[in-house]
Amino acid sequence: MFNFILLILIYTAIFALMAIGQNLITGYVGLLSLTQAGFFAIGSYVTAILSVTYGWNFWLTVPMAALISSFFGLLIGLPTLRLKGDYLAIATLGFGEIVRNILNNWDSLTNGPMGIQRIPMISLFGIQISPYKKWGFLVLVWIFVLVAYFLFDRLAKSRLGRALEAIREDEIAASSMGINVTRYKVWAFILGAAVAGVAGSLQAEFILSVTPGAFTFMVSIMVLCMVVLGGMGNFKAVILGAFIIQFISYFPQLVGLSNVIPPQFKQILFGLILVVMMIWRPQGILGREKRSAPRRLFRSGGDV
Amino acid sequence: MMLLETTKLTRAYGGVVAVSQVDFQVREGLITGLIGPNGAGKTTLFNNMTGLDTPTSGKVYFKGADITNRSAHKICRMGIARTFQNIRLFKELSVLENVMVGLHFKTGKSSTTGRVMAAFLSYLKVVDEYELMNESAIKWLEFFQLESLKDELAKNLPYGHQRELEIARALATDPTILFLDEPAAGMNPSETDSLMKTIRRIRDLGITVVLIEHDMKLVMNICDTITVLNYGQNIAQGTPAEIRHNPKVVEAYLGKEET
Amino acid sequence: MTRGPPSVAEVYLIKEPIVGSIAEFFQHLMNGLTLGGIYALIALGYTMVYGILKFINFAHGDILMVGSYIGLFTFDAIRGQTMGPWTVIAFFIAMLAGMLFSAGLGMAIERIAYKPLRRATRLAPLLSAIGVSFILSNMAAWMWGTKSRKLDYPFDNSPIYLKGVSITPHQILILAVVIVMMVALKLFVDRSRIGKAMRATSLDQDTAKLMGIKADKIIAITFAIGSALAATAGFLIALEIKVYPSMGTMTGLKAFVAAVVGGIGNISGAMLGGILLGLLETFGVALLGIPYGLRDTIAFVALIIILLVKPEGLLGKAEKEKV
Repeated sequence: MFNFILLILIYTAIFALMAIGQNLITGYVGLLSLTQAGFFAIGSYVTAILSVTYGWNFWLTVPMAALISSFFGLLIGLPTLRLKGDYLAIATLGFGEIVRNILNNWDSLTNGPMGIQRIPMISLFGIQISPYKKWGFLVLVWIFVLVAYFLFDRLAKSRLGRALEAIREDEIAASSMGINVTRYKVWAFILGAAVAGVAGSLQAEFILSVTPGAFTFMVSIMVLCMVVLGGMGNFKAVILGAFIIQFISYFPQLVGLSNVIPPQFKQILFGLILVVMMIWRPQGILGREKRSAPRRLFRSGGDV
Repeated sequence: MMLLETTKLTRAYGGVVAVSQVDFQVREGLITGLIGPNGAGKTTLFNNMTGLDTPTSGKVYFKGADITNRSAHKICRMGIARTFQNIRLFKELSVLENVMVGLHFKTGKSSTTGRVMAAFLSYLKVVDEYELMNESAIKWLEFFQLESLKDELAKNLPYGHQRELEIARALATDPTILFLDEPAAGMNPSETDSLMKTIRRIRDLGITVVLIEHDMKLVMNICDTITVLNYGQNIAQGTPAEIRHNPKVVEAYLGKEET
Repeated sequence: MTRGPPSVAEVYLIKEPIVGSIAEFFQHLMNGLTLGGIYALIALGYTMVYGILKFINFAHGDILMVGSYIGLFTFDAIRGQTMGPWTVIAFFIAMLAGMLFSAGLGMAIERIAYKPLRRATRLAPLLSAIGVSFILSNMAAWMWGTKSRKLDYPFDNSPIYLKGVSITPHQILILAVVIVMMVALKLFVDRSRIGKAMRATSLDQDTAKLMGIKADKIIAITFAIGSALAATAGFLIALEIKVYPSMGTMTGLKAFVAAVVGGIGNISGAMLGGILLGLLETFGVALLGIPYGLRDTIAFVALIIILLVKPEGLLGKAEKEKV
């Protein structure tokens, strides 16, 4: 049972990374994009292919995963970002499905529906970080989450974050104030993609294999749920949202009731969460963070 | 040379011609008024000069450069700022943050890529940058005596303050020309007086003001030159006194006199 | 490895590229029009709802699925043992049952999950719709199982051969129903009072209300009609692809693409877009040799192209936001 809790925490971390990216795109810019599954898949496969076929070290595959995901973020961002939110959702959903379709069919590169197996484990300074001994992996993924949280939080509190929010509030006014709306939207996409790509790398190292079937749009929906449930625009909240959703996901197994509770249970619950949250508490459990100035990290001695 | 001018600007939507062959000039340092009955094409003209709309034909020149097809954000960066008929504030942002958005492109690195990188990587810079922008933003808020409300959400402000905030935000972009679209809409006489003083103060800062207005008292009082549009055409131009007595203008507003 | 149940496209698309004769061209044309007709019926639901509420009903495909199940249950209940004229009548009664149930379901969903969010932010109704879609498809899987169920033909479906082109009675049925529905809808929207009210509400809801139009009622009717049309489409294709909980998802998605390609909010656009997409998929696989596994991507590529070239759709009018 305890093992299960560790599992939930690990998945929370992996998904939290994607949720952080989603938060920037949906919480800050206000775009309803359902891309994370696609970038998650790309990141996973990059790590899988590079480490299995070309023998790359995991730590080198991570920046590549981020980079290639970002590139696709740019590619899918440019045509779709002039669309109104509604179309964007479908277009991005379609993108995720196209990615999965291609991964399923490009046998020579991805080994088709069977995927890539036996991915070498992560090693850090000679110590192997095995997904079987969960503690090491747990600490590793959460370090990634903390770094991502920190970077994105600073970003959101900076001039850039304000520009993104201005775009969400009123694109026309934002562009009249000198903000290149399309560019900023694309950047949000790129950053969201990068962090999802990194999540994908970690996922590949956790499961030690990748298959196209693991990257359906269900992933994108779950990530969206996490943001909606936790609180749009609040990075701490989306991490909480990630935990709650993963907890719900594994709840039947956790309490040993997986024979009784049907597999559709969690998906119905996700659907209900979306509907209920939107009607009853659209700002999420924790809501948006109170607007405040960014704080100094290290206080210089004494008051200025 | 005119600071801003349009030559034969035309904007048609299918069969409807909103603006027709309009030559509009803005002289530096003067307060220019743009008036005309409802539907005359004033806001359309504004939109075509500020990059939010593209003319069907004709040209727009700013400081001699052709800006006809430039996008809004580029035009803003060249020095043209504006407010909107229906007030377009960033509602969920605070008063201070609204003005800070106006300061956006004036701070730090000039390219978007550079900005993203800087914000992302140099975490210390975020705070320094904030304090810098804070100073400038507060100055603009003080111009309108709004600084005490700086942390209020923009949507919670009373109407008059919202209008002022919108102007403050536009001023923060450090413009050469400020376009005001019906700034006095919904204001009572004392607020309008206050607005008049504000516009004069803006002019005294060296900013050229162009305003669309329906409030004739304001227009006649404050404008150095007035252009009149009717049915999309420029029907008259001149000083307030000239315009007041121009028969074409009178006809446009009041209709033809029965003979 | 087991393959899932066939999708709409799978049944109607020729599996290997065939280049050649006139007969083959007409064969593909026939297949394409049939497929396109189905897409068109479903697309109409999307487009009408978007036209009136500027909102994409993500759950549309799932409403189609529920309607198909209800039709199936009804048919199996009343059709009797032997195949005869009664079977055909029972088929249509079942189809009607499915349509009515879907209409009711559509109206209920609108009332419960969308109406409270009409004045909320743009994202809220979309997220709610995604949630509804999830609930519907998973409840169906829970209640009725994930195994696909066969819908028996009410008639003998042996193909008729016309100059080298094989046409099944099923295809004729689809084309007939699609044409009747489209004509009926067009007449309804253009000529009837309610149709006029629908058009008014989609252009300017507030003013329509001021003119005495009960916008809520009109919106409910719109959902009802759109859902009923989708259920019809679902029931018709269920004959070939069977009935299963996720039957609405991909087909619904592609029908949405069809609506966008034609011009979302525009009824003629949905019809055009649907037919076009059906033809594109058929001829794409047959003539261009697009691999069978990638046929779904044809729709998404079409989507991206139209969004780049003419985002308002083929028959749509570019909407400029008033500043």
